[in-house]
Amino acid sequence: MLEVITSLLVRTIVAGTPLLLGTLGEVTSERAGIMNLGVEGMMSVGAVTGFMVTFITGNPWLGLIAATCAGALISLIHGFVTISLRANQVVSGLSLTMLGLGLSGLWGKPFIGRPLEVRMAPIAIPGLSDIPFVGDILFHQDAYFYLSLLLGLIVWFGLKHTRAGVIVRSVGENPKAAEAQGINVVRIKYICVMIGGAFAGMAGANLSTAYSKSWIEGMTSGRGWIVIALTIFARWEPSRAFLGAYIFGGIFVLQFVLQPLGISPNLLAMLPYLTTLLVLLGHGLSKSGKRSMSAPATLGEAYIRGGR
Amino acid sequence: MAEKKNTEGWEIGMRVLVPVAGVMAGLIIGALFLVILHARPFEAYGALLRGAVGTRFGITQTLVKATPLLLVGLGISIAFRASCINIGGEGQMIIGALSATWLALGMEGLPHVILIPLVLLGSMVAGGFWGFIPGILKAKFHVNEILSTIMLNSIALQLMNFLLQGPLMDPKGIEAGTYLAQSARLSKNAWLVRLMPPTLLHSGLFIALAMAVIVYVLLWRTTIGYRIRAVGLNPAASSYSGINVPVNQAMALTLAGALAGMAGAVEVLGVQHRLLEGLTSGYGFTGIVAALLGWLHPLGLIPASIFFGGLLVGADTMQRAVQVPSALIGAILGLIVLFVSASGIWTQHLIRRMRSRNQETTGQAVPSESSGGDNE
Repeated sequence: MLEVITSLLVRTIVAGTPLLLGTLGEVTSERAGIMNLGVEGMMSVGAVTGFMVTFITGNPWLGLIAATCAGALISLIHGFVTISLRANQVVSGLSLTMLGLGLSGLWGKPFIGRPLEVRMAPIAIPGLSDIPFVGDILFHQDAYFYLSLLLGLIVWFGLKHTRAGVIVRSVGENPKAAEAQGINVVRIKYICVMIGGAFAGMAGANLSTAYSKSWIEGMTSGRGWIVIALTIFARWEPSRAFLGAYIFGGIFVLQFVLQPLGISPNLLAMLPYLTTLLVLLGHGLSKSGKRSMSAPATLGEAYIRGGR
Repeated sequence: MAEKKNTEGWEIGMRVLVPVAGVMAGLIIGALFLVILHARPFEAYGALLRGAVGTRFGITQTLVKATPLLLVGLGISIAFRASCINIGGEGQMIIGALSATWLALGMEGLPHVILIPLVLLGSMVAGGFWGFIPGILKAKFHVNEILSTIMLNSIALQLMNFLLQGPLMDPKGIEAGTYLAQSARLSKNAWLVRLMPPTLLHSGLFIALAMAVIVYVLLWRTTIGYRIRAVGLNPAASSYSGINVPVNQAMALTLAGALAGMAGAVEVLGVQHRLLEGLTSGYGFTGIVAALLGWLHPLGLIPASIFFGGLLVGADTMQRAVQVPSALIGAILGLIVLFVSASGIWTQHLIRRMRSRNQETTGQAVPSESSGGDNE
C-alpha cells in the first residue's frame, strides 16, 4: 500500500513540475501587466528545441539551456508586439500559440519517432534520498523538479521581498507611478515577458527530455492553457502556484488510478478541469475570496509612456 | 462638411490598407520559411490564392469555412464588448454540435422546415448554457472567465469524445467492427440546403449573415446592447448609473455561447452531416482572432471571417502543391495575425495625424477603436 502511495506521489510531482515551471513564468509576466496567452506555443518551441539539442549533443543539460533561451526569444515577439507596438495582448498571445505550435511542428518533423538515448535522469540526493518514504518522493527526482523548487523559491522571494519585486509589481499595478519613480516601465515589462518565455521553454524541455524521451507534434497537449488557468487559480502568487500545479498533477495521476475501475477514460480526463472549477467556486463562496481574486490592476492593458 | 467626409473615407481606407500591409508582411516572413524548406514562395502563394479564390469550388469552400468563423466571431465580439475575454468558443461550439446531432438524430422524422429551426434553437440553448456557466461563475463567484472557459473547453471536448465512444457511436461502425469515433449519419431532412451542388456551399452562410445583422441591431439599436457596450467601455460609470455590470457580463457570455453553439450546429447540419472528432478544428480560437481583427463589429467581422476562411482553404491547396509540412501553415497564419494585430498602432497613428491636420482644435480625444486595438 505504501508503495502505491509513494508511486502516486512521485508521479504527481512529475506531472506537476512542468505546470509549476510554466505557471511561475506566467505569474511573473502577468505581475508586470502582460498577459501572455502564447504559453502553449512557447512551451512547444521549448520542447522541440530541448529535444533537438539533447538529441544532437547527447546532453540534456544543453537541451535545457537551449529550450530556455528559445522560449525567451520567442516570447520577445509577444513583448515587442504588445509592449512596443501596444497591440492587443489576447490576439498577440493567441497568434504566438499558433506560431509556436507551427514552428515546433516544422522543426521537429525529422525527429518524430526517434527516441533520445539519454534523458534527464533522476538524481538521488545523497543522504536525503535514503529517508524512507519522503526520500523516495522528494529526493529521487530529475533535475527539473529541483530546479522548479529553486526557481519557485526565487520567484516567490523575489516578488515578495526584494526591491526588484516591488518594481515588477508596481509596473503591473500602476505603471505611471512607477515611471514617476524613475523606473523604466518598458524595460521591466520586457524582462518579465522574457522570464515567462524562458520558464515556458524550460517546461517544454521538461516534457520532451525528462517526462518522455521522444518528440511528437502537439506533445504539450493543452498544458500551456492549464498554465494560464493555474496562474489565475494561484491568484498571481508563486506560493499558490505550487499548490495549483501539484493539485492538478495529482488529479491528473488519479485518473490513471481510477481507470481500472471501469470508468470511461474520457470522463476521468475531465476531472482536473472540473476540480479546478469547483475549487474556485468554493473559493468564490467563501468571504475572503471576493476580496483577493483581483488580477494585477493593469493586466492586459497597453502602456503608453507619458500617456494620460 | 465635404472635407469631413473626405477624412472619414481616408480613415476607413487606412483601417483596411494597414492591416493588408500586415498580411503582406506576414506572407513575406512566411516566404523565408518556404525558401528554407526548398519550396518556391511564388509557386506556394500562387497555390494559396488559387485554392482560396481561383476556382468556383475554392470560393465556395472559403465561404463554407467562413460561416462558422463568422458565427463564433459574432459571439466573441459580444463578450469582448462587455470586456469578457471568452476563450470558450471551441467548447461552446462542441456542445452546440453535440446537441444538434442528438436532436437531429432523435427527431429525424420531422419535416425539414420544422426540424432545422428546432435543432438550431436547441444548439443555441445548449451552447448558451455552456456560455452561461462562466457567466454565472464570474457574476456570482468572481471566477475569472478566461480560466473557466479554458476549463470548459476541455470538459466539452472530453464529453464529446465520451459520447462518440459510447452512446452516440455510429451503430453501423459497431456492426462493421470499425468503431470509428463518429455518430450515425443524419437523415437528409436534417441537412441544410446545398446552394450550389456539387459544391459544399450551404444555407448556413445566410443564417450566419442574418445573425450578423441581428447582432448589429442588438448591440447598437437595443437597450440590452447599449448596456453590454457600456459595461465594457466603463464598468465603474455603468455601475454608477444603475446598470448591473455582472448580470450584463453574464448575459454577454451567454449570448456568445449561443452563437458559438449555433456555429457547431451549422457545421454538423451543413458540412459533415454527422458528429465526428475534430469537427470544430480550431474555429473556436480562429474565431477570436477574426473577431478582434474585425474590430469586434459585425461589419468588420464579415470580411475578416471570409479572409480567414480563404487562408484555411488556400493553405490546404498550398500544402498539396509544394509539399510542405502542414505545421508551416499554422506558423504562417500565426505570423499574419501577429503582423495584422501589430499594425494597429500604425492605423491609429496615421488616423490621429490625419485628424489633427484636418481639425484646428488640438487635444481632441481620438477613439481608440481600431483593428485589434484596446479592447479590454
